[in-house]
Amino acid sequence: MIDGFLALYIFMLAAFTGKEIIGRVPVILHTPLMSGSNFVHGIVLVGAMIALAHADSTLAKVIGFVGVALGAGNAAGGYVVTERMLEMFKSSKDK
Amino acid sequence: MDLQQLLTWIAKASYFLAAVLFILGIKRMSSPVTARKGIVQAGIGMVIATLATFALTGTHNLGLIVLAIAVGVVPTWLWGKKVAMTDMPQMVALFNGMGGGSAAAIGAGELLKFAAPGTTGIPLVTIGLAVLGALIGSVSMTGSVIAWAKLDGRMDKRFTFSGQQAVNFLVFAAAVVAGLALIFWRVEPWLVVLFFTLSLLFGVLMTLPIGGADMPVVISLYNAFTGLAVAFEGYVMGIEALIVAGMVVGAAGTFLTQLMAKAMNRPISGVLFSNFGGGGGGEAITGAQKPIEAADAASLLYMAEKVIIVPGYGMAVAQAQHKIWELSQQLIKAGKDVRFAIHPVAGRMPGHMNVLLAEAGVPYDLIADMDDINPEFKTCDVAIVIGANDVVNPAAKTDKSSPIYGMPILDVVNSRQTIVIKRGKGTGFAGIENALFYADNTRMLYADGKEAANLLGAELKAIEGGGGH
Repeated sequence: MIDGFLALYIFMLAAFTGKEIIGRVPVILHTPLMSGSNFVHGIVLVGAMIALAHADSTLAKVIGFVGVALGAGNAAGGYVVTERMLEMFKSSKDK
Repeated sequence: MDLQQLLTWIAKASYFLAAVLFILGIKRMSSPVTARKGIVQAGIGMVIATLATFALTGTHNLGLIVLAIAVGVVPTWLWGKKVAMTDMPQMVALFNGMGGGSAAAIGAGELLKFAAPGTTGIPLVTIGLAVLGALIGSVSMTGSVIAWAKLDGRMDKRFTFSGQQAVNFLVFAAAVVAGLALIFWRVEPWLVVLFFTLSLLFGVLMTLPIGGADMPVVISLYNAFTGLAVAFEGYVMGIEALIVAGMVVGAAGTFLTQLMAKAMNRPISGVLFSNFGGGGGGEAITGAQKPIEAADAASLLYMAEKVIIVPGYGMAVAQAQHKIWELSQQLIKAGKDVRFAIHPVAGRMPGHMNVLLAEAGVPYDLIADMDDINPEFKTCDVAIVIGANDVVNPAAKTDKSSPIYGMPILDVVNSRQTIVIKRGKGTGFAGIENALFYADNTRMLYADGKEAANLLGAELKAIEGGGGH
């Protein structure tokens, strides 16, 4: 278990980091960036895997299974569509 | 250090590495030069974190875990590979909903564990964040699914009934009360079920009345929601990588939502609580739309020196972007100055139109943002508007009673001549009449986008070949 105040500091610093790193994103990248950050929260898969690993009752297993499948879908789908979008960004110099 | 400790250490170290890769990846994704590297980097982080997790899970339910991953990955991977670029926004919504659902499932599992008889001494903060993450994740899941269904044309654009706001508020309040009861009273299985039912229902109700035009902002908001839900459930599970990655996405997503709302001149509260996108309102427009034949439009283009093309979502629906690029190349070869003008919210999401044009092969240095191109319309000989409507409507500047008043627009109305390619006389996404279409120097070319681009190209070739008309 993580200490409450330490967690609060992590929350705070991560929030500022999130805002800072996309501070100057041009409009042309809004859609791919939304898609890319959508992929990153697919990390929820890791939490769902651990939850399923600790599941004993049938109900807990079902919930855990759904969680892992959904999380994996978020990560895999999010990666594929973001990668496809970004692959197409070329300047006329690249050709 | 025994084996289990070593495995735990390896997993924790891998999560740290993954968190660093995610942050660097998102940072790179916010510049066009490095964006491609950014997503690959974040992808590597995800693979490392997932593989390292097997060091923690041991062999209990291992088969189930692997099966569940396969069930999640295979269909979404294949679907993501083949989905058309025009359908990207709803795809992002759907994948985001899955993430929200996953966070909600973690919350449900943890809460049911707390509900088991004999479980005591769970800190309030832990229950509180489990409940909060579950609420936000549930709303994000069902809300995203509704957003997907709307954008995918599977249900009505808007669904309203009288007293809707009151009903929504009551359901939300009930979900909050159930959540507070879980935190401060006791964790009972029936209460957990009630809480989730209300939360999931609220996500549906909240998204139903939101019009199609506002959907990008909503999807972006739900993306931020899922990030927060992941961060909170990460705290409950004690996994730092979830806290960091979720929170970074939550903050970046909130900021991105604000940027989008600003680009559309719509306050976020207005998106969520008012009824927009249903049409009506605004002053009546006098005059008539003046049609033009493709041959005449082509001769206008033949005589023009400077041409600005204003594409909208309609162009993408007609899959006309390749043909338009061919026509543009023909014009460039004839020595004309051709640029593409993109409104910040052209397409279905900010930047969506850039993706669609990039797919057709248009280099990004021919594509200009609104602020850069607007002064250029005064010296533009012919502006071609294809599939764009509300974003070129001068009523946004002149008519205070118009629902889109105040929205920044492309000043196509200043161009010497405007050709509007449009299938029929209907109104745009927001259901508002467009004053530009009635302007004296605007001509309407009624045709399907692809067909119009083909016709213009052929007629232009005929004129250049000396055949003429």
